[in-house]
Amino acid sequence: MIEVRGVTKRYGATTVVDDVSLDVPDGGLVALIGPNGAGKSTLLSIMSRLLPADAGTVLVDGMDVTTTRSDVLARRLAILRQDAHVGSRLTVRDLVTFGRYPHSKGRYTVEDRAHVERALDFLDLQPFADRFLDELSGGQRQRAFVAMVLCQDTDHVLLDEPLNNLDLRHAVGMMRLLRRATDELGKTVVVVLHDINVASCWSDRIVAMKDGRVAHDGPPAEVVRPEVLSDVYDLDVAVHELDGQLIGTYYR
Amino acid sequence: MSADLAARAGTALPAADRRRARPGLALTVLAALVVVAAAAFLTVGATGSWSFVLPFRATKLAGLAVVGTAVAVATVLFQTVTANRILTPSLLGMDAMFTLVQTVLVFVLGGAALAALPATGMFLGQVVVMVGCAVVLFGWLFGGQRRSLHLLLLVGVVLGTLLRSASGMLQRIMDPNEFAVLTNRLFASFNAIDDTLLGITAALVAAGCAFAWHRRHVLDVLALGRECATGLGVPYRRAVLEVLVVVAVLVSASTALVGPVTFLGLLVANVAYVVLGTHQHRWVLPGAALVSTLFLVAGQVVLEHALGFDTSLGVVIELVGGVLFLVLLVRGAAR
Repeated sequence: MIEVRGVTKRYGATTVVDDVSLDVPDGGLVALIGPNGAGKSTLLSIMSRLLPADAGTVLVDGMDVTTTRSDVLARRLAILRQDAHVGSRLTVRDLVTFGRYPHSKGRYTVEDRAHVERALDFLDLQPFADRFLDELSGGQRQRAFVAMVLCQDTDHVLLDEPLNNLDLRHAVGMMRLLRRATDELGKTVVVVLHDINVASCWSDRIVAMKDGRVAHDGPPAEVVRPEVLSDVYDLDVAVHELDGQLIGTYYR
Repeated sequence: MSADLAARAGTALPAADRRRARPGLALTVLAALVVVAAAAFLTVGATGSWSFVLPFRATKLAGLAVVGTAVAVATVLFQTVTANRILTPSLLGMDAMFTLVQTVLVFVLGGAALAALPATGMFLGQVVVMVGCAVVLFGWLFGGQRRSLHLLLLVGVVLGTLLRSASGMLQRIMDPNEFAVLTNRLFASFNAIDDTLLGITAALVAAGCAFAWHRRHVLDVLALGRECATGLGVPYRRAVLEVLVVVAVLVSASTALVGPVTFLGLLVANVAYVVLGTHQHRWVLPGAALVSTLFLVAGQVVLEHALGFDTSLGVVIELVGGVLFLVLLVRGAAR
């Protein structure tokens, strides 16, 4: 359970996250949508203790993220930022192996290796496992980072735009993977998405943010409606039901 | 499907093995080269009594090894926390601090009075001043909520420039004879190393290296950057602060012993990364220390026997190091 209580974040006079409260119960795939600058990434960073809030608290399984030991949290919650990159020259397998650090503190066991191989398989990364990160395409690198986060094997997984740079097949593959993680392994996944239709088709709940506040919150059937989406994005969005899926169109 | 996986694993594994076998081999070769260089250093061109030559040269050799290790480890640690491979701890302004302290001492007390001061006290005072200033600076700039490492580096650069200008000004208005004394003290020199000071430095450097080795896995994670490291459960700010304090101790101790040799660190750390082909600190830390020791010892042998003591080791290192560094940069860009 992740509880966000009155979280506010300001940069100078600009309030990026404005008194947000949000409960994320265990299990389920929560999509965070909203226009650029709505505060989605900032909220995710605060929830994962990467950024301190100016006011409010975030509790993960009842533990305040600002005061709880970082390594305790790292076994409960994993985070992937949208512009993830690393300074050192690593192979894909090296990077994914770091996902086991919170559990083994660098002394990797046979079990850790198995986790790594499984994550590499899941994300179609075996063919590149021994390539260096700087020799990969953006999409391959993105998958390597997601593999690292999944390897961390935490109950809560926060992903900031994991579909960045992914082609259609890998984007769908990624969503299917996240779906499986919630349905079969009981994980809680909070994911920032830009594509409202991906959010509509794959998530259990959509939280729409606008101007630093939660504007709408509910299951896709409630949020993927023309009046809601038009309000959130300041753009006319029509919603159609196609093959049982709610699809928003806004292209022209 | 499983056959397919096995085949893929089969092709992937040898590559992984090759990659993992290499640092061990490289480390062994480096160690062997260091032994050869040390033997050459102790024996080549020795005339007269062995009982005099060996202890005399052994002290010098130990000095080279201690300073080499300190500079190499400090640079690797610094590059890890800054996630930048072309920075050196001299950015923190510690060699500028050393220069200023020496200049002020010579200026105020005069060279003759300075020479009469107890060496151990001078040395310890110097180390305490340098580490103390560094710790205050780090704590101030890095302790608060929003402080960043980049701010710390910027302040270090500005402070270094300020300290150097202050030294420069004092040196300009100094008595020329005193200035000659000062210049002598400021050049890195391995020729007159005091046994007691060497012992203290060795202890400090050993403590710093032991810390780095103990934290080698944390260092691997720190190299990923702040966000990744935090996400993986490393308390980033505290961990970086600890590393910076150790860097300050290593640099201060080696600088107070022989004077500033900072370019060496930049060079040997990069050579170590290339030679070992990995960024894992369990390989890079000993590797860089060995490369550094090898450069200093071999450089000293070349200096003493091929160049007939005509120049200082610092000059040889900067020449060889500069060329090698350019080669590394160009090769890195071409890759």
